[in-house]
Amino acid sequence: MKAHLTRRYLFSASHRLHSEEMSEEENRSVYGKCNNPYGHGHNYTIEVTLSGQVDDQTGMVCNLVDLDGFVLSHILERYDHQNLNVLSEFAKQVPTTENLCIAIYEIMNRGFNAAHLEKVRIEETMMNSFEYSGES
Amino acid sequence: MVYLTRKAEFSAAHYYHNPQLSPEENQRIFGKCNNPNGHGHNYTLEVTVKGAVDPKSGFVVDLKQLKDVMSREVLDALDHRFLNKEVPEFATTIPTTENLAIVIWQRLEPKLKAAHLHRVRVYETPDLFVDFYGKA
Repeated sequence: MKAHLTRRYLFSASHRLHSEEMSEEENRSVYGKCNNPYGHGHNYTIEVTLSGQVDDQTGMVCNLVDLDGFVLSHILERYDHQNLNVLSEFAKQVPTTENLCIAIYEIMNRGFNAAHLEKVRIEETMMNSFEYSGES
Repeated sequence: MVYLTRKAEFSAAHYYHNPQLSPEENQRIFGKCNNPNGHGHNYTLEVTVKGAVDPKSGFVVDLKQLKDVMSREVLDALDHRFLNKEVPEFATTIPTTENLAIVIWQRLEPKLKAAHLHRVRVYETPDLFVDFYGKA
């Protein structure tokens, strides 16, 4: 039988929302205080949702030790306590949480094959959250 | 169509062990969850039903009826129990969060009269939950 499993992780990072394609004034107008030159930070919560048949032998969709290990080495170690703007995926993209959500989805989708990736959801603050389920 | 979700909490003990596997394999797959004396969690259950809003009552479902069914079929059976030893379904099935969601669905679904069961969500901890939408 198919079930969906969701695991939450936390990391903290800084970013500045600024687009090279816009003037200083436009950046200020679009991004407001998120455009402040030295950046600012958030405690991000990521929710990774996987689906699959519940294995008869283990009772699991996938082994959490494998999932935790993958997320730790490929996502948390990449983003936790970092400045998102200096990472290669944000060299040409503004590190909005939308783009972060897509970047994390792509890392999971490329590298974690133990179950089907349904969705990545990120809470930037308790008030804002973003979800990406791939292009359909 | 309107969706209504009712939450409940229960606390229970469990451990993961598949008698068809060797002690070494059990230890490798289940890690500390394999400790034969068991360990416990405070589970949060979310039951979501869906339906049209009844024009007379303004309800999707009689909440009292839903609450009674949840208490009788799920909480009375699981709360403050050792799942492996005291819940018949888990005599032969490993009480993972995946299987708990499925068993709770199977206990609730036949007892709900007016409401249509949409989803059973079981939180093992605030950072881990499983969704089951029925046998698709």
